[in-house]
Amino acid sequence: MSIATALPPKASTREFIRKGRPPTEDYRELLFELEAKGELEVQRVPEPYVEVETKYGRKKKIPLEFTWHHKSCGQCGHIPGYSTAIFWLNRQFNKDYHDPKDQSSCTAWNYYASSTSNSAAQASVAVRNFAQAKLDGYFPLIHCGTSYGHYKEVREEILHHQKLRDQVRKVMDRLKMPFVFPEEIVHYSEWVHVMADDIAKKQVLDFSNIRTTVHPACHYHKLVVEDAIYDRDLYDGQRTAIVSGLVKALGAEVADYSTWHDCCGFGFRHILVSRDFSRSFATIRKIERMKEEANPDVTLTHDTGCVTTLDKSQFSTQAHGRNVGIPVMSDAQFAALAMGAHPYKVCQLHWHGVDMKPLMEKMGIDHEKAWSEFEEVAGRLKENGTEFMTWEDADA
Amino acid sequence: MSIYKDAKYMDVPYEEKEKLFQEVKDDMRWDTTLYGCYECGICVAACPSARFYDFSPRVFAQIMAREDVDTFYELLNDSVWDCSQCFSCTRCPRQNNPGTIITIMREVAVNHGLSSAKKALKAYSRIIYKIMSTGTQVAPDMLQPDFFPDWGPDVKAVSENLDVWRRAIPPETMHTTELAWDVSEKTRLELYMIWKLTGNLEMIEKIDEGIFMILEEVMEELLDEYGYDIDDYENVLED
Repeated sequence: MSIATALPPKASTREFIRKGRPPTEDYRELLFELEAKGELEVQRVPEPYVEVETKYGRKKKIPLEFTWHHKSCGQCGHIPGYSTAIFWLNRQFNKDYHDPKDQSSCTAWNYYASSTSNSAAQASVAVRNFAQAKLDGYFPLIHCGTSYGHYKEVREEILHHQKLRDQVRKVMDRLKMPFVFPEEIVHYSEWVHVMADDIAKKQVLDFSNIRTTVHPACHYHKLVVEDAIYDRDLYDGQRTAIVSGLVKALGAEVADYSTWHDCCGFGFRHILVSRDFSRSFATIRKIERMKEEANPDVTLTHDTGCVTTLDKSQFSTQAHGRNVGIPVMSDAQFAALAMGAHPYKVCQLHWHGVDMKPLMEKMGIDHEKAWSEFEEVAGRLKENGTEFMTWEDADA
Repeated sequence: MSIYKDAKYMDVPYEEKEKLFQEVKDDMRWDTTLYGCYECGICVAACPSARFYDFSPRVFAQIMAREDVDTFYELLNDSVWDCSQCFSCTRCPRQNNPGTIITIMREVAVNHGLSSAKKALKAYSRIIYKIMSTGTQVAPDMLQPDFFPDWGPDVKAVSENLDVWRRAIPPETMHTTELAWDVSEKTRLELYMIWKLTGNLEMIEKIDEGIFMILEEVMEELLDEYGYDIDDYENVLED
């Protein structure tokens, strides 16, 4: 940074008048007002739903089924056991859900990486997906933390800017689709959170000797904070209850560490083309701190980028003799394993970087047997180039 | 005239810098990003990029608050691409949002085709093409050892077994290798129409003409196949 040699320039105005909204406004009321004016259509949370408390005490509705699964680029592309575990959990509880092909990415990974877009485009992408969900008759359940965070930003912009609403309406008219916005933006980890006790009832593995650390995803609890779920019984309501609530329900330990609030180091652009930064931050500020302060068997998180960055950054750091080597997975994969899901056919742990075998042994999973079962199916698929693994294969 | 004796970009006319500065302030999000700065440094303490780059979210807040146009232009070219966009800086006790100030600044940099933006995004262009043409940001076939050598031997195992391992995933939408999931052509076309209708393709043209040309050729052929006339989908934001 430059060295100042004179006083700062005179600003035209140095008075900071708060023109923004207080953090406690109820966005649902604003959505319903817009609906009453005929500006848009609000998709209601379908019954049955569970109400949980958010950061400022407002009750948020989390649907238990009839969910439209808004998939994540990074989960489906690079850590497919993440998405598969979410679907597997839904199937175990016989929940009606829809896994659409008429879904695009929220495109926010690209937006936060490159800014090669604008508010009107980003809002239109969101509303196109929401409109498709409504047309399909299901309620959006967002798999990716960044999609969840970005859609909350889009909601803020749509609620407060008439010009943007007019632009989005023009786009949707051209696409011949309705202008729909859901009553709540719901992240899949919120569904896992409200299902935690039911998951624990179906638990088949003993996790009482498993020590975890939890990394809350930035775009879940920092980007538009109002919607994130908090619980007074977890960290005295000072941190989001998501993931930690599940771990406790499953009888495992949540160990604390000092850099819990830090980002994982993903960086959007950085993880793809400037990974020296992502690796350094993920390992020095997160993994090594966890290792020194908590020495967990596994670290759990609830977003695409966090699993990828925390997991994949450890290989090259290990080569430098650093104190790393913690398996990383999502809350959904952890929950599925507790309920007896196959570690390779369902949780697809072979796509992860850090060695999971010591963790699986501690969980009581025979990983050698499990891998040979996976290879048996894979061998069959190799022989027959048109076959796919079915859900029946996965549970066999 | 800058107040700094070692200020950079003094060859760029002040009026040009001021124009870009004003564009940032004209963005609809601007009013909810900055409420003054205590200079407490909480945003810097929370910022991952501040630990590894010569980067500070506090400087962005202060420079924008001071309306220091020369230093704004310096940040726009030299620092803006270091941000991680994690929004940890929203821990600000004044409820400033330096992360969003940076998002807006980046958009202005792209819209004006600044050479610093082109340089920052050069290696990233293929990802822009991927997301804009397919509707998914990353794909399984990107997991190649030469692209991710630092991710360890598992990447090699994935790339060698890609076809079989993708078919060995139960959900039907995920048997893809070139897309993260099976996105319907209807959705890909609708997404492309959104890029056209909102002027996003013009942004790409300014930042990487080669990617723009490939994108236009591939997608407009697909639109044509489905009987759409691309001329019906001009930028509606200019109306």
